[in-house]
Amino acid sequence: MAYVALSEAEKTYILHGVEDDFRCDGRSRRDYRPMDLETGLVSNASGSARLRLANTDILVGVKTEIDVPNPLTPEFGKLEFFVDCSANATPEFEGRGGSDLAQELILSLQNAYESPLAFNYRTLCLIPGQQCWKLYIDILILECGGNLHDAVSLAAKAALFNTKLPRVTATMLDAGITDLIISDNPYDCTRIGIETVPLLVTVCKIGDYVLVDPSAEEEVCSTVSMVVSVSMRNGQAFLSGTHLTGGGAMHRDTMRNCLELGLAIGEHLDRLLTKMLNLEQQRVGLKRPQIVGFLK
Amino acid sequence: MSTNAAIDLALDRVDWRDLAAQTEEQPRVYTPGEVLMPEAGFMRGHGTFVEDENIKSSVAGVIQKVNKLISVRPLKSRYVGEIGDVVVARVSEVQQKRWRVDTNSRLDSILLLSSVNLPGGELRRRSAEDEQMMRRYLDEGDLISAEVQNIFEEGSLSLYTRSLKYGKLSQGILVKVFPALVKRRKMHFHNLPCGASVILGNNGYIWISPTKGQEEEGGEGGFAQNLNEHVPRADREVIARLRNSILALAKCKLMIYDTSIQYAYEESLRYEAHELLQQNAIYDIGQQTQARLRDADE
Repeated sequence: MAYVALSEAEKTYILHGVEDDFRCDGRSRRDYRPMDLETGLVSNASGSARLRLANTDILVGVKTEIDVPNPLTPEFGKLEFFVDCSANATPEFEGRGGSDLAQELILSLQNAYESPLAFNYRTLCLIPGQQCWKLYIDILILECGGNLHDAVSLAAKAALFNTKLPRVTATMLDAGITDLIISDNPYDCTRIGIETVPLLVTVCKIGDYVLVDPSAEEEVCSTVSMVVSVSMRNGQAFLSGTHLTGGGAMHRDTMRNCLELGLAIGEHLDRLLTKMLNLEQQRVGLKRPQIVGFLK
Repeated sequence: MSTNAAIDLALDRVDWRDLAAQTEEQPRVYTPGEVLMPEAGFMRGHGTFVEDENIKSSVAGVIQKVNKLISVRPLKSRYVGEIGDVVVARVSEVQQKRWRVDTNSRLDSILLLSSVNLPGGELRRRSAEDEQMMRRYLDEGDLISAEVQNIFEEGSLSLYTRSLKYGKLSQGILVKVFPALVKRRKMHFHNLPCGASVILGNNGYIWISPTKGQEEEGGEGGFAQNLNEHVPRADREVIARLRNSILALAKCKLMIYDTSIQYAYEESLRYEAHELLQQNAIYDIGQQTQARLRDADE
């Protein structure tokens, strides 16, 4: 993670603030910083989204490809994550400097999306055993201001919501070779259901308390963080993966507190994100996108 | 317990240029390569170069004329030190007889062991024992307030602590803004009436800390750290609100000095401290503060 130098007195101030449930910027332990979301801003991607969480800036593009299914799971489609830690975020990411962080994020997302209950891979299947959709989810980190896992998962879910798969209108079978005919109409497309797509919630342990949405300074004060992957099903939050980051240790009671807080926050975030994505779809409409992008 | 989380759409993004449009006179902004003046009779200053008997701008900024000296002041730049500036700096390295310090300038600044005060104002020559105890006083990551003593030829700064008012900083919050936004004034240490102390470093680092009631004459120099002391919640709320107000001023590109900070703080009292992170609140505070500053000037 991008390192921020802090003095011992500053860490003490942050620690006491967490104990008082009043952080340096006035938030409580359960509060998120304001987020700014836009979808559909990369025109040559099947789906895209940009999320800005205070100082953290994430751009996600989704590209689609027709591929042969995995022989072990012939009825499933494929999902692949790639994270690019741009050196624009911090000069330490130059060259191979960001590969450790990128690998950690990729493993987090793969772990979260692994279960078919968390992501419905069947919707990506075209012909069982022969043809399926493969989604490449490319994540570009433009700024690091703390809490990368949450921002990345929110942006990825928004990009999947925005993804449009061309409709397959006909299938030709000739001597064992399958050929697909895809509709020419750019509005004739199917959307991916994102109800169960998981979100990552970083729960950070500082002192004896746990908090969500740590800023870069708070991440320096923390000894251990737990990334909780939350998937919503039938209006209920389910755990679809966890992992610990940081070198510290965690008591069992603290771990239980982290899981409870992560599930509650994940549920809240999921509802909020779904509401805002639907609102944006209503306002923008399907035909004439009004892109703000990196302007303003 | 409730959770505060807000996801705004990019369609609702605030247009920050509206604030600049409310200023009455817009100064002429020169871009690199633009002709400022014929060379005859004028002297070239910072931000300019001479070509084809013309003085041209080498940075994007506004022109400044002092008699026959022509210079261009860029709108956004790294900190360029001047002798006597008060800065807030972070220690990045401890070397043999000095500390290497980050002051948001082009190069790391230097704080010599002979330039810091000894505990209690003791006056004597530094010895080898003092060299061995350097890390005990200032470690990597520590914050100090100091003055610029000298500027070396290659452009790095030499800092010193002129009195016990300067030195190591204790509990508080550091806010980083562009150095051009901090107004150049005589007084940089302010005890605001809302109950917090602010150090406005000329390098854009602003330190906010609780006001010490036991204001001894001359201060302590930062030798006695109060890590066991718990900052009360009321002070903490003031500091968080001040931090968010200063960031709002920086976001709206308004000059930061004691009056504008005080006005921004007063305008922020109608919001909760965590609501000041929203862009609508930031825009409102910037607008109201700008109006109050304009009224105060008339």
